[in-house]
Amino acid sequence: MENNQLTKEMYDELERFIEAIPDKENAIIAVLHKAQEICGYLPREVQEFIADKLNVPANKVYGVVTFYSYFTTVPKGKYAINVCLGTACFVRGADKIVNELEKKLDLKIGETTPDGKFSLDGLRCVGACGLAPVVMINGKVYGKIKPKEVNKILAEYND
Amino acid sequence: MSYKMHLLVCGGTGCHASDSDILLETLREEIKANGLENDVQALVTGCFGFCEKGPIVKVYPDNVFYIEVKPEDAKEIVAEHLVKGRRIERLLYEEPTLEVKLAEHKEMPFYKKQLRIALRNCGFIDPENINEYFANDGYQALGKAVTQMTPRDVIDSVKESGLRGRGGGGFPTGMKWDFATKYDADQKYVVCNADEGDPGAFMDRSILEGDPHSVLEAMAIAGYAIGASHGYIYIRAEYPLAIERLKIAIAQAKETGMLGEDIFGSGFNFDIELKLGAGAFVCGEETALIHSIEGKRGEPTTKPPFPAESGVWGKPTIVNNVETLANIPVIINRGSDWFAKIGTEKSKGTKVFALAGKINNVGLVEVPMGITLREIIYEIGGGIKNGKKFKAVQTGGPSGGCISDQFLDTPIDYDSLIQIGSMMGSGGMIVLDEDDCMVNIAKFYLEFTVEESCGKCTPCRVGNKRLLEILEKITEGKGTPEDLKMLEELGSAIKDTSLCGLGQTAPNPVLSTLKYFRHEYEAHVNEKKCPSGVCQNLLSYEIIPDKCVGCTACARVCPVNCIEGAPKKVHVIDQSKCIKCGACYEACKFDAIKKG
Ligand SMILES: Cc1cc2nc3c(=O)[nH]c(=O)nc-3n(C[C@H](O)[C@H](O)[C@H](O)COP(=O)(O)O)c2cc1C
Ligand code: FES
Repeated sequence: MENNQLTKEMYDELERFIEAIPDKENAIIAVLHKAQEICGYLPREVQEFIADKLNVPANKVYGVVTFYSYFTTVPKGKYAINVCLGTACFVRGADKIVNELEKKLDLKIGETTPDGKFSLDGLRCVGACGLAPVVMINGKVYGKIKPKEVNKILAEYND
Repeated sequence: MSYKMHLLVCGGTGCHASDSDILLETLREEIKANGLENDVQALVTGCFGFCEKGPIVKVYPDNVFYIEVKPEDAKEIVAEHLVKGRRIERLLYEEPTLEVKLAEHKEMPFYKKQLRIALRNCGFIDPENINEYFANDGYQALGKAVTQMTPRDVIDSVKESGLRGRGGGGFPTGMKWDFATKYDADQKYVVCNADEGDPGAFMDRSILEGDPHSVLEAMAIAGYAIGASHGYIYIRAEYPLAIERLKIAIAQAKETGMLGEDIFGSGFNFDIELKLGAGAFVCGEETALIHSIEGKRGEPTTKPPFPAESGVWGKPTIVNNVETLANIPVIINRGSDWFAKIGTEKSKGTKVFALAGKINNVGLVEVPMGITLREIIYEIGGGIKNGKKFKAVQTGGPSGGCISDQFLDTPIDYDSLIQIGSMMGSGGMIVLDEDDCMVNIAKFYLEFTVEESCGKCTPCRVGNKRLLEILEKITEGKGTPEDLKMLEELGSAIKDTSLCGLGQTAPNPVLSTLKYFRHEYEAHVNEKKCPSGVCQNLLSYEIIPDKCVGCTACARVCPVNCIEGAPKKVHVIDQSKCIKCGACYEACKFDAIKKG
């Protein structure tokens, strides 16, 4: 998977970000946000790097990472598919969209395809409830979708 | 330069998702192409609230309101409306019951019953331009507070207005501020709770996206009142557009001296910092939120001590919801008497609701307290989608309950909603129709709270999991009458013994549906039937011989090949093999499959 290689540039960028923070001990969440933005995910090496630079025990960093669902320790697909599972989308059939995506991609929610191309996750309300049910792929929002349209949407990412 | 006309294009998350940004660009190109760039300005604004029919474009000063506008329509809007002054009929809103086209938003039933205080500027000003906020009384309240009022005057004013917290609890805001003045400290903090955890609610997001300065101004006023010079806005990372707008607003407020040092020459200093959440519902609870601001796991702690005594970094802190804050500048400007005249005896002012689910006009509405659910759902919301029958409305999100049709005419405020087994919550309002199974809805909310429980206390961590397991059993057709009793007993025990508000309210969706929709639970348990036809295990599919034309569509889609029949012959489902997936039901074009 070419998209989750951690490079030296990534670590350098993260280090520069951390160095600029005055109050390091209390900045774990902000640093994790930045690290995930740079690296795409937060594997053990990255967590240990952060613990070291912030001068806090690694278990404290791990404790924060696992508490918040926004942080992920496994790489997401090149195309991260997020299905909104908020109430408005739920009552307008989001579960059927999930089933359809699971079937078409041959995976379960929370997983990534073996080739690293697609990952499928649930999300709580993206705030576009008027468009329910809503699916987001790498930040692009698809609204009012029907199970039948899933194929067509996936085809847009056929490269 | 002054423009003769303005095109206001909604830039809220909903409309943005329907390409309103491309629409804005195209409109600008067309304006230029027609040589109108000195006369007409196209602007992005915050949410108009009418998300169902986005993207929305409003023409000023004509007040014409266009719906579902696509980038392709830009050319026509400029050529017809701007150049020739002719309205484009096909882009106007058509009132479904009257079947007439309405050009102005004031005529629309959706807006008629609304009273916009917290949303006063949303959809009217460019949220990325502080000058537009200035032009609409912006920062006047802050100026008045710091130059003409004492901190005590400000607190008294908020107290007299009767404003109560819009984040769910309904605690009197003035009283909360007063508590924070009782403790001496070298530093105090004002925190804005923008975590908006209720799934299916988007009030706070729309205020932050459409009118970020109103929240900044209110935080500065709160800071002046309690003696704090620093504020935090704790916002969900899932709201990138709101975060962006807040960053711009904070920078502009600093540049113009509305934030920073010596505000209005009064010697008062105030600064605001953003803190991003990371996807944990419990972080909306104020003690958990404070831990999260400190960079820790967002676990709640018992109160007392209340944040007003010991909050961020152990200092006196007030935590207020976005919508609560958005009301503050208006109260200071127009006076507490004016505000206190709106609403009911114990709930003053208005409430913003995010109307969603099986309703025609999904969107954001702000209504005076004391309005009835019927007015909201049928007049503002335009009734139930596809002419279906109303079943219930869920308010208060995972902490709230489901309200049945017998209460449609109850005037709603904080207290009446609690009395009928739900709560105001932060303002999520999900309308359910005859096709929704109430056991399944209760299960949905419980799945949410079980996943979001932080695990610190046993009643919430273990108890809610047991509740969920019982609900799963019932929806799978394995429930017993004892299970219903167990749900009630366990539910009330969890409410009484949990550590924080999450656990204390988590059983509400179950208990309220058990109370008002017990017959649905009983049908699942006693007759092994799901009356709404939702719970898969309790369904059966049957082919109606008279209607089957033998098209073979059902047999072809059946994943387990359990449908027998030759072309042009009546098909039959082998019930012993059927997995009840419903694929045949969806595939049949002749309504020949009965679900029951
Ligand atoms: C589990 C839980 C989640 C909460 N989520 C939110 C939230 O998302 N937004 C919010 O403003 N208040 C939320 N609250 C309420 C806050 O604890 C707090 O009462 C509120 O922010 C106070 O502001 P207010 O008085 O202006 O309403 C939540 C409470 C609980 C128990
Ligand atoms: S519930 Fe899906 S966008 Fe709000």
